[in-house]
Amino acid sequence: MSERPAEYQWLHNHLLGLEELPVQDIRFLLQTAKGFEGISTRSVKKVPALRGKVVVNLFFEDSTRTRTSFQLAASRLSADVINFEAKVSSVSKGETLRDTARNIEAMGVDVIVCRHNLSGAVHQLARSVACSVVNAGDGQHEHPTQGLLDIYTVAKRYGREDYNLAGLTVAIVGDIAHSRVARSNIYGLLKLGAKVILVGPPTLLPSGFAELGCELSSDFDAVLPRVDVVNMLRIQFERIQGQVLPSLREYQHFFGLTRKRMRLARPDVLVMHPGPMNRGVEIDSGVADGPNSAILAQVANGLAVRMASLFLVTSSGRGELLEKGRGEEN
Amino acid sequence: MTDLLIARGRVIDPAQGIDKVTDLLLSGGKVHSLGRLSRPDPQNLPVLDASGCIVCPGLIDPHVHLREPGQEEKETIATGAAAAVNGGFTSICCMPNTQPAIDDNGRVDFVYHQAARAGLANVFPIGAVTKGRAGEALAEIGLMAAAGAVGFSDDGCAVASAAVMNKALAYIAMTGKALMQHCEDPQLGGGVMNAGSLATRLGLAGWPRVAEEIIIQRDILLNQRQNFAARYHIQHISSAGAVEMVRRARADLFGQNHITAEASPHHLLLTEESCAGYDTNYKMNPPLRARRDVDAILDGIRDGVITILATDHAPHTQEEKELEFAHAPFGIIGLDCALPLYIRALIEPGIIEWPTLVAMMTINPARLCDLKGKGTLAPGADGDVTIIDPHQGWGIDVDEFASKARNCPFHGWKVNGRALATIVGGQVKLLRDWERLKGYDGDPVPETAGELLALLSSEQRN
Repeated sequence: MSERPAEYQWLHNHLLGLEELPVQDIRFLLQTAKGFEGISTRSVKKVPALRGKVVVNLFFEDSTRTRTSFQLAASRLSADVINFEAKVSSVSKGETLRDTARNIEAMGVDVIVCRHNLSGAVHQLARSVACSVVNAGDGQHEHPTQGLLDIYTVAKRYGREDYNLAGLTVAIVGDIAHSRVARSNIYGLLKLGAKVILVGPPTLLPSGFAELGCELSSDFDAVLPRVDVVNMLRIQFERIQGQVLPSLREYQHFFGLTRKRMRLARPDVLVMHPGPMNRGVEIDSGVADGPNSAILAQVANGLAVRMASLFLVTSSGRGELLEKGRGEEN
Repeated sequence: MTDLLIARGRVIDPAQGIDKVTDLLLSGGKVHSLGRLSRPDPQNLPVLDASGCIVCPGLIDPHVHLREPGQEEKETIATGAAAAVNGGFTSICCMPNTQPAIDDNGRVDFVYHQAARAGLANVFPIGAVTKGRAGEALAEIGLMAAAGAVGFSDDGCAVASAAVMNKALAYIAMTGKALMQHCEDPQLGGGVMNAGSLATRLGLAGWPRVAEEIIIQRDILLNQRQNFAARYHIQHISSAGAVEMVRRARADLFGQNHITAEASPHHLLLTEESCAGYDTNYKMNPPLRARRDVDAILDGIRDGVITILATDHAPHTQEEKELEFAHAPFGIIGLDCALPLYIRALIEPGIIEWPTLVAMMTINPARLCDLKGKGTLAPGADGDVTIIDPHQGWGIDVDEFASKARNCPFHGWKVNGRALATIVGGQVKLLRDWERLKGYDGDPVPETAGELLALLSSEQRN
């Protein structure tokens, strides 16, 4: 953290996505996360960074891990945490997203951590409140803290302390079309210099990503030997309309990361999965629990990344930025 | 006011090939004559000074949504008619996607009745092609036509089944009316923005161009196989490929008489890039597309492939437009501000000249909807006239609209050109500059949207 130029200042009131986050800010956030990583291994797992602040987890979509991770991250920073599960869709209640957000904000909240099943909803929410908003996943759009923790895991494994990933090749495999994890990974990885190969059946592989500089392939066996990291995604059945696959059996045959297929990979390949896993579909248990797997490290790193995210969006320089941000919106 | 002399305006009447500075005399609600009056009778004749302005047949919008019956919280026939007058339109054709749908003659009567009560603009109903707009069984097309339906459409949805469409084209031909198609294959379409890399990045479901094109190509084929039994009209064209199909279909006179297409202001001025901030005022159906599509539509207008302009005025409440992008309803309002937007898109860059713009907003839609006595200033035509100040600069402000709705992405735009006066059946319904009217001693004429709305009963307004 000390290497950054003295004039550097984090200027973001919200963390909504990695597409709009400049590369120096991605690096700074990851460096900040590294500073927080040690806290989880101390006997007193708490720092007073957010003492007196209130963080609300506003989840419109079920999530256990992400919500728990944010909750733990906030409490390690000494913030007060409230979980607000809006299980009933705001539409059916006759209350708009804006109403819900303003109601919660009126309770005196500093940060809203929001997950929503629809793309863009968190951005719409951020426009209607004055407090900070952290995107915990919006539809099939972005999941920035997951992208950051995946990148953090890759950088740590390959000893890239400057968070420069040039020379590394990452394959993201599976349901790219419906995955917010894929999008946040793609934006972050490309900005940090990694090569990204997207792998999946054509019905789940939007050609638009080629324009961003990704390589697209439906031949997993040909891609696997070339990569340093393989990030396996699950198929998001809850977002899929109509048929995109003939069968799971066929999918598993061509795109499952089996032990047999692992023989094609480099011996030190890093295997990741954002969870929840469908063991036996996109990944075999033997691989998920094997020596190449970073799946549990991802979970641990997620805590540090989320602490850094909450800390930075509430950090100093915010008042000034708020004014600036408001000016731009009008 | 039985007689009115509109003096010294630039009279543009494309139906008669007229474009000259002259006088227009209205008498008994009709056009009496064009030309400088040799012996004006200033004692008895109110005179509206139109110098510096364009005087043209009343503007006609063949594609609006008025939401009545069923969704009066969005718009009523009365407030929609007020928005029309405020924007310079004297006649509008309302789509049948109300609740219930306008799919029988009783509901056609209802629209005429409500429009007469409002007493502002002419409102002509478009009947549904199929019962309940469900796309299965033909609605009572003949009875609706007899009751005054001026066209047929299931707008909001396409007539998706080829078999039903085939029957509809054949049957509607009997009435002489046009079938107006919302061109979207429901299974290929259905997304919330243009399909492509931006939709992929934003994580929004795409509505690809091909979903429009496949319906247009199919319908043109069906119509050809039936020897052009019906007139077929493509609503709110949005893609470059679709323009190309219409261009080919209209290559001969037969095609020109049977295949027409319309363009909407937003498809001339906005692209899908506007969706990047998830602002639901940019959520349209068909969606905003890319620059090359906008350019192709402009080319189509320049070349006479697209001959009609229509707003697709689609009012929604603020609460609905505050929903998530995926859940918010499609569409924007257009009647109050369409004219300067067409000027911005078509006149200012030199795509077309004023006489063509006027034709696309008067005689062409009048012919599409078979509106007798409309769209021209020929002697004996209805006394529907719009007087346009083509250079007036103003800022679009949704709070000065007569429409109930506020869903308009053009709010705040600085534009040029505005309706100075809207005259329906010889009656001045709106006049923004009273200094120009002399010798008039009738009831005060509204100058603003607010004064227009004040003429309506509270039941019609709220």
